[in-house]
Amino acid sequence: MPEFREVSCRVNGENRSFVVDPMMPLLHVLRETLGLMATRFGCGEGTCGSCTVMVDGQAVMSCDLPAGEVAGKRVETAEGLDGDPPHPLVAAFLDHQAGQCGYCLPGILMAARALLEGESTPPSRARIAEALDGNLCRCGVHARILDAVEDAARHMIRR
Amino acid sequence: MTVDAPPPPLTDAPLMRDWIDISPAGGVTFLSGRVELGQGNSTALLMMVADELGVSSDAVTLETARTDRTPNEGFTAGSMSISFGGQALRCAASALLVQMLDAAGERLGCPPQELRVEDGEILRHGVSTGLELLDFVAAADLSCRVADLARPKAGGERWKTFRDMPRIDLKERLVGAPFVHDMAAPDMLHGAPVHPPSLHSALVSLDLDALMARPGVVEVVRDGSFVGVVADSPLASARAAEWAAKNGTWEATRIEAIDPVEVIAGSTADAETVVETGDVNRNIGRWYETTVTRPYIFHGSIGPAAAVAVWEGDEATVWTHSQGVFQLRKAMAMALRTAEEKLRVIHSPGAGCYGHNGADDVAFDALLMARAVPGRQVKVVWSRHDEFRAAPMGAAMATRVRALLGPDNVLTAVDVMVNSAPHTSRPGAGGTPNLRAAAYLENPIRPARSPDVPAARGGGADRNAAPTYKVDAVRVQRRLVHDLPYRSSALRSLGAHNNVIAIESLMDDIANDIGLPPLDFRLQHMTDQRSRDVLERIAVETREAREVSLPEGAGWGLGFARYKGTGGYCAVMVRIEVDGDVRVTDAFAVADVGEAVSPDGVKNQVEGGMLQSISWTLKEAVQVDGSSTTSKSWADYPILKFSEVPRVSVELVERPGAFPLGAGEISQGPTGAAVCNAVRAALGIRVRNLPITRGAIIAAANA
Ligand code: FES
Ligand code: FES
Repeated sequence: MPEFREVSCRVNGENRSFVVDPMMPLLHVLRETLGLMATRFGCGEGTCGSCTVMVDGQAVMSCDLPAGEVAGKRVETAEGLDGDPPHPLVAAFLDHQAGQCGYCLPGILMAARALLEGESTPPSRARIAEALDGNLCRCGVHARILDAVEDAARHMIRR
Repeated sequence: MTVDAPPPPLTDAPLMRDWIDISPAGGVTFLSGRVELGQGNSTALLMMVADELGVSSDAVTLETARTDRTPNEGFTAGSMSISFGGQALRCAASALLVQMLDAAGERLGCPPQELRVEDGEILRHGVSTGLELLDFVAAADLSCRVADLARPKAGGERWKTFRDMPRIDLKERLVGAPFVHDMAAPDMLHGAPVHPPSLHSALVSLDLDALMARPGVVEVVRDGSFVGVVADSPLASARAAEWAAKNGTWEATRIEAIDPVEVIAGSTADAETVVETGDVNRNIGRWYETTVTRPYIFHGSIGPAAAVAVWEGDEATVWTHSQGVFQLRKAMAMALRTAEEKLRVIHSPGAGCYGHNGADDVAFDALLMARAVPGRQVKVVWSRHDEFRAAPMGAAMATRVRALLGPDNVLTAVDVMVNSAPHTSRPGAGGTPNLRAAAYLENPIRPARSPDVPAARGGGADRNAAPTYKVDAVRVQRRLVHDLPYRSSALRSLGAHNNVIAIESLMDDIANDIGLPPLDFRLQHMTDQRSRDVLERIAVETREAREVSLPEGAGWGLGFARYKGTGGYCAVMVRIEVDGDVRVTDAFAVADVGEAVSPDGVKNQVEGGMLQSISWTLKEAVQVDGSSTTSKSWADYPILKFSEVPRVSVELVERPGAFPLGAGEISQGPTGAAVCNAVRAALGIRVRNLPITRGAIIAAANA
């Protein structure tokens, strides 16, 4: 039987504690324990990116990350981008209507945010594409997504 | 009758109350049997209704696809949502408007002809009356027949106030949880099926007690070879199902190793002639021939199939992302041998839907598992492996095209033979459920042999097998190959992807052979102005890009088709570079889809279709071994990645007031064709076996 343990971390700026099997993937803790359903299950094997969140500023696939490892860290999910006004990335995605089914989008938003927050000048389109290569989109919205991220970069990164 | 030819849905659901619901408080809800598949359907439908009434889109609401409330409009498929479902809703809105304006005219003491509505307000001779349209909902008599009253706005009258409303549901899809996968209830349980490895295997042994004792397991369901695990969390059910898959034994009845494409291409099954416009047995001139094959293709939605089900006594409710809630209800009732009325089926969003995927199968899985825990909702989300092993696939095909070039370089005969696995096995079709688990229950109902899609509905294997060009004699034959052990069904554009590639490849080969620019050769075989318009326009759109000189190993290619011969027109040009692998750097499309309700939505669909088609054409092939698919994960089944995506540009030929033709599937064929033709232009090699991987290019070079 797995041993349960209390894990404390900051999720979208709030302190959260939960008692879980520390080996349980973070994805399931987010969705089932914390009710944060915008982080999505696509494969559970680290190959599609739909579960991407940020941990201490880095994009990680939460289906692949044991929950115990986020103890004391900052976890950011797509729910955290839903402010008033919305985060520049969300605004840009809406502006470009960069989405069809949208299943892939929260993961892509988080991968893009991690990239943009780590850059001091707006990254090239090729660099953005490379940063999003672990995120699959089957509806073929890639080109609009790249447009939107380029746009958001101009708002988020001012020299 | 004011509507000359009412849209077909109005024949089955003729009354206003079939389409409109008015709450006691006066809220107006429009009811559509069409589902939102991620393509922006519900936004477009809402816009059409709001435009017809002259109100803002948030003044009314839309409810879609549920067996207890909305009309049955069949499957939401084949790009027919706007053409038919939208027109029907517009007519219903028009009938309501007529009743409300009659009442307003009475109040104002004027004939209703003097009134119109703008932004929700009633104007008389264009001057404000101070009256709001929706204050007259009480005047509605929903027992009237839509067709008796409806006078839907004509082309020029439409879209006066707004265009291109952004998707109503996009924000929630970005940062919220709108999917059936995200449904939650306090005592919800989670189910996972343990599907046999193939449709041709049966469960021999599995220790059900040991499975029951796995962590978190609440109930184990076994019926014939179907096994389902119900647990207290999604992870527990998934892990228990994995344990069962590892520890159970199944026996396969068909194990011989085959190459499905070879079997299909080599089939000598009976062929059926589906088109014959003249005698193709001629010999004046020169025959050209090509055969293009494609393997089985996965739908590959990023979110696996999912559903929620709950039983209360002998009645059940199922939430599903199926394309047809009524058809699914019927199929499930058939499989359970129960009355349809016992089941209520409600549409709830799923991840991208490109045809008949696992949505219906997983709904039935959930229904079977929920039966063991009455009163509790059971959510089932397939694993990625389930998705790849259990869902229907896009059919493998081989299309042979022969064309006779007569004197004056005019094509005089085209003879097409399409060999293909069937392109439909939808729930309930052919009198069997066609639900995966139904095939291996204790009392199984195996899928009936699929007759494929009839030509009247655009054909399946033979879709777009007749060229969009003017040719004196055309014959199309289709040969359905049934004896493969895999399950195939409708995937975006059905046979059109492979057929358009085959025809357009041959058009290109002939043009090259006689030294004519491919575009000119095509134009010479076009009499229809709308086809010419998109083709001429693509030349203009790409002119500047084509003037830049090409490096070694680069080339441009063109593809064109009118979808189904009766739908939207689409021309695509791509520029590629080959460095071992083929990379598309630029992709241009020009489309004519009649009136575009939401031009940006249409562009988004066309663009998505292009990128998906590039992925199919360059990268995708399901691997099989015996009767099972062996591609288990994305690692075994690569699709187009961000770094492989070209610059994309889509332009529309606008046709205000023209019949809407649908946009979702028009670009699959032309894009695939453009890619294949660009490869030939770049390398001088014609690759005829898809996908065009590095290996396929080498094989074609050595052939
Ligand atoms: S669900 Fe985590 S990468 Fe696919
Ligand atoms: S929008 Fe559907 S998968 Fe990306």
